[in-house]
Amino acid sequence: MGINLKGASFEGWRRENGRMGVRNHVIILPVDDLSNAAAEAVANNIKGAMAIPHAYGRLQFGADLELHFRTLIGTGTNPNVAGVVVIGIEPGWTGRIVEGIAKSGKPVEGFAIEQNGDINTIANASRAAYKLVKHASRLRKTKADLTELWVSTKCGESDTTSGLASCPTVGNAFDKLWENGNTLVFGETSEITGGEHLVAQRCRTPEIAAQFMAMFDRYQRMIEANKTNDLSESQPTKGNIEGGLTTIEEKALGNIQKIGKKCLVDGVLDKAEAPTGPGLWFMDSSSAAAEMVTLCAASGYAVHFFPTGQGNVIGNPILPVIKLTANPRTQRTMSEHIDVDVTGLLQKRMNMDDAGEALLDCMLRTADGELTAAELLGHREFSLTRLYESA
Amino acid sequence: MTIHFVVHDEGDSVGVVVVEGLKAGTRLNGWIMDQDKMIEFDAKSDIPIGHKLAIKGIKSGDTIIKYGVDIGRAVKDIGAGEHLHVHNVKTKRW
Repeated sequence: MGINLKGASFEGWRRENGRMGVRNHVIILPVDDLSNAAAEAVANNIKGAMAIPHAYGRLQFGADLELHFRTLIGTGTNPNVAGVVVIGIEPGWTGRIVEGIAKSGKPVEGFAIEQNGDINTIANASRAAYKLVKHASRLRKTKADLTELWVSTKCGESDTTSGLASCPTVGNAFDKLWENGNTLVFGETSEITGGEHLVAQRCRTPEIAAQFMAMFDRYQRMIEANKTNDLSESQPTKGNIEGGLTTIEEKALGNIQKIGKKCLVDGVLDKAEAPTGPGLWFMDSSSAAAEMVTLCAASGYAVHFFPTGQGNVIGNPILPVIKLTANPRTQRTMSEHIDVDVTGLLQKRMNMDDAGEALLDCMLRTADGELTAAELLGHREFSLTRLYESA
Repeated sequence: MTIHFVVHDEGDSVGVVVVEGLKAGTRLNGWIMDQDKMIEFDAKSDIPIGHKLAIKGIKSGDTIIKYGVDIGRAVKDIGAGEHLHVHNVKTKRW
């Protein structure tokens, strides 16, 4: 195939803050669980608007509340989004999210339900959504250099074929994108257990390695404080075990194949924090697929690589999720979920460079607008990470 | 030629079965990826796709090596060619 990344380009939408997006969504974003019904009603009224319901946003406090705001503001700010309607039960926190998104220059309007009721709120918010969808539909795509594409990764329902082939395929693509100057991220703090020394060795400076290890150690303390057994069936999951993964160490060593052989970790991010420059970033994050992918979208990533072994079916409302598998049974039984088939790697019918290029080719097509399997099947998992109980 | 199992590194204690419906007694072709070498082996158990077989004799308490790295400890003796999984190997963490 021979994809030359140097000078490669894609066509997307340039947003007010300069970032390039590959989708043009208008989203109806609830502040809290109580506002889901109104958000869904607005998205039903206005074709082309998408509601992103979720379970939280009430009585949170401290760092957990800051993470809630950062995730919702980051979701609205993501360059795959053209405009946002925010709906909350009351105007205070609603306004805070509107202001946060407005800092990017993106069109955003907020509506509060108290003293209006659902019906008036839905009517007012629908009028705003109508204008935003009209506005978004008038925007034209422009060409941008490939280096402007931000790419995230996280694997799921992994099995032994993930570590042998589909995760190394992402690693091969990440090595090439890192050399090209793209902005990349990986994470899954708990799922590095057993390979943490290998990730620390790949950090660009001792300071970054120390920051990574501090995040890793904090997560281990959380697990040690709450565990009631060795976590088998949670981490690795029942699906991982069915797929042949035996221990967390084995799973972690497969997981970290996604950072390839060459790229260095250029910095660390808190959950839903936006990177400040190109390179490979480590985000301290949950290993649960929907939580991690939601955080990647909130950090501003535009395309996601998702290797799977047993067949995780995940998508995201705004971030196209490209799935790849090397498991021939998964490819045979669940092919409608798989965008890139790398089963040939395990029979030597394909080499790692061929697989990496097949993934990069799919990435370029996705960036230009081709829909992913998860988009076609309507997978819009949006899962907020919680740090602790509500007040 | 069908590859029945794949080994990451020649120092590893395990290989991964990459075909469906593998039965005990089958003569297996194994591919050692890092060194790009082929080996032959006899399966001593029925082993599902994705699951591991021991490629050397392992004693209870031994460290299991995969990717050239420690992935846990054996809690039973495991013979070469036998199925190696959660019934005979546990994490050293947590």
